[in-house]
Amino acid sequence: MSLENVLKNWSKYRKGHEEGGFHDYEHMWGMSIDLDKCTGCNACSVACYAENNIAVVGEEKFSKGQGMHWLRIERYWDEPDLGEDKINEYQIHGASFIPMNCQQCNAATCEPVCPVAATYHTPDGLNAQVYNRCIGSRYCSNNCPYRLRYFNFFSYYEDSWPEPLQMQLNPDISVRDKGVMEKCTFCVQRIRKAKDEAAREDRDVFDGDVKTACQQSCATQAIVFGDLMDKNSAVTKVWAKHEVALGKSSQNKANPDNRGYRVLEGLNTDPCVMFLERVREV
Amino acid sequence: MHTKDINENLPWAQINKDVMRSMMNPRKAYWVAIVVCIAMISCAVAAEIYQYNVGMGPANLNWPHMWDLYIATFIFWIGMSHSGTLLSAILHIIHADWRKPIYRFAEAMTTFSLMTAGIFPIIHIGRLWNMYWVLPYYSDRGIWPNFRSPLVWDAFAISTYLTSSALFLFIGMIPDLAICRDNTTGWRRKLYGILSLGWRGDDRQWRNFRRTYLLMACFLIPLAVSVHSIVSSDFAMSIMPGWHVTTFPPYFVAGALYSGCAAIITLFICLRYFFRLEDYMTTAILVKTCKLTFAIAMVWTYLNLIEFASVWYGHNAVDKELLLSKFNGPYAPYFWLMLFCGSVVPFALAFEKLRTHLPTMMVVSLVLNLGMWLERWMIVTPTLSQGYHPFAFDVMWPSMIQWAIIFGSFGWFGLLFLIFVKVFPCVSMYEVKEMCYHRKREAMGIGHGSTAGGAAGSVPASKSDLEGT
Repeated sequence: MSLENVLKNWSKYRKGHEEGGFHDYEHMWGMSIDLDKCTGCNACSVACYAENNIAVVGEEKFSKGQGMHWLRIERYWDEPDLGEDKINEYQIHGASFIPMNCQQCNAATCEPVCPVAATYHTPDGLNAQVYNRCIGSRYCSNNCPYRLRYFNFFSYYEDSWPEPLQMQLNPDISVRDKGVMEKCTFCVQRIRKAKDEAAREDRDVFDGDVKTACQQSCATQAIVFGDLMDKNSAVTKVWAKHEVALGKSSQNKANPDNRGYRVLEGLNTDPCVMFLERVREV
Repeated sequence: MHTKDINENLPWAQINKDVMRSMMNPRKAYWVAIVVCIAMISCAVAAEIYQYNVGMGPANLNWPHMWDLYIATFIFWIGMSHSGTLLSAILHIIHADWRKPIYRFAEAMTTFSLMTAGIFPIIHIGRLWNMYWVLPYYSDRGIWPNFRSPLVWDAFAISTYLTSSALFLFIGMIPDLAICRDNTTGWRRKLYGILSLGWRGDDRQWRNFRRTYLLMACFLIPLAVSVHSIVSSDFAMSIMPGWHVTTFPPYFVAGALYSGCAAIITLFICLRYFFRLEDYMTTAILVKTCKLTFAIAMVWTYLNLIEFASVWYGHNAVDKELLLSKFNGPYAPYFWLMLFCGSVVPFALAFEKLRTHLPTMMVVSLVLNLGMWLERWMIVTPTLSQGYHPFAFDVMWPSMIQWAIIFGSFGWFGLLFLIFVKVFPCVSMYEVKEMCYHRKREAMGIGHGSTAGGAAGSVPASKSDLEGT
């Protein structure tokens, strides 16, 4: 970049607001989760544990907050402060729940803060975590507004999969040791496999070639997964129908049919996971 | 009540003798302190060995609370290092000569607290055997650290500051090391002989020395300010409420100078007692340090208030909720204790009677530093407990492993410092002589550099002038 070049294109350098991150995406894997279909049965969470070799930490460590549920069903009670005479009211209202996995933000806050670039954006539009590179500074988790990153506080491979349970481990992905951050990968091993197969057959990846473990196990088919860059994929259609798009930070609430929203959109993290639920204004 | 900073009629040979004596036979309390420090370090080493083998779990960290006391104490020690630079560099440039008897140990404090601080980022990471990946070394695979990450800036800032402040400490000590070389025998003579770099005290050496020292001082001031600004970016560059605060860099620098000045008062009183240095570390100098600390305490209080005000009037719901939870949430006792220690207790420094009473000042300075340590904790942990996502709201209490390592860090700092003051002169002999020289001329009615020694300014005329015997 010569000085002449800078001066000639000064207005561009001064005004040109370049969007952060990677641009030449091959795919943009996205998800939509219909909360009106979700029954909160936790099958997705269990499938995730099985597919991704997630350590089962045990009750004691889990209650300490050291669990590693990549996909967790969060429960929120409608009436959090129960007065003396309101003792049963929560049973009337019931709990609302939301499955939360890594939102695969396009402007991920976890990425710029990693000192060793162990988390970065792939050409697939995924927010990847390189376990081998991670040194465990845990800054990414601190900067994740959703708190969806999990840390290996211990070595779990002996306690979590005692003989012969190690036989059930998924050979396609690694088992993480202590001191490493991990999180939902959108089942990157399945994406990889589908892409390899498509390459062998000399074709593009079709919609439906990749099914994530959570999607596969969802009894009510609340989870739709696919490539947002594919105009005809099911997930693109759902996103378009509910007028949710990457780069937008608010929803059109005027139309009662639009149920789509993304969590904490106002922070401009631009997540790739959309939820379907008519959000009430409180 | 006005007392002199120093008795200007101290004979120069006496100064040499007193300081050399301080390096030879301290009071028994010194050895007790050494033993206590080693015991404290042992606690930390045991805890760290356990943590290294088992993982970060026993430290009671969990998924909202990925950082805790390790990072808070890291900031605390980095902060403490700033006052050495304030005393030796800033006060040197503005010609406040009362700093001369006390700046040496303040500078040693800078170096050693940085060495303590540097340990924390290493022990807090999950795979500390891969720590060097943060540094931009040449790798065959072409992998570099992520230069956008404030943690990488930290690594640069701290290593630069540590190198520069150690160099500054050493350069300022060269003439004194020559005095030690000439007055000792055995291993000490060998050590000082090497370290004094052939110092003879001739005119050219003094001129080069002055120039280098001034240059280093000018280099260190912006460096010190930038170091703590960069440490504050660990938080200010993030997205979390309570961390993403624009005023953090000046707030951190003010806090740093504050805790550093308080630590100087503590060490001042300890050294004065251990080494019987009452003639050099006088109450008048302590009073001046107290005034400086009081001023910085008020700056810190002001910056705290504008932070509260900007959150309050900013009407960002998440930030505001966090602030309110600091006021009356689970961490409220520590938060109010921090405000009490940091903003109310320093008013003790405003009273002449209190600040000339050494035991009171010892307690006050320790309380001030307790407040500053709590401040760092109250920056790090409440944000992790209550961020954006309500499901992840939690409260945590650090485990014994964390406390032991934090406890041991004080021992580590203390041990390094105590060894330093025994091996090296903790009072700058040549500068105290300069100070006496100028004070004497002032008392005799001869102004600064008006007649003899005129052009050379503060450069003393010859070796014998400064080295006494």
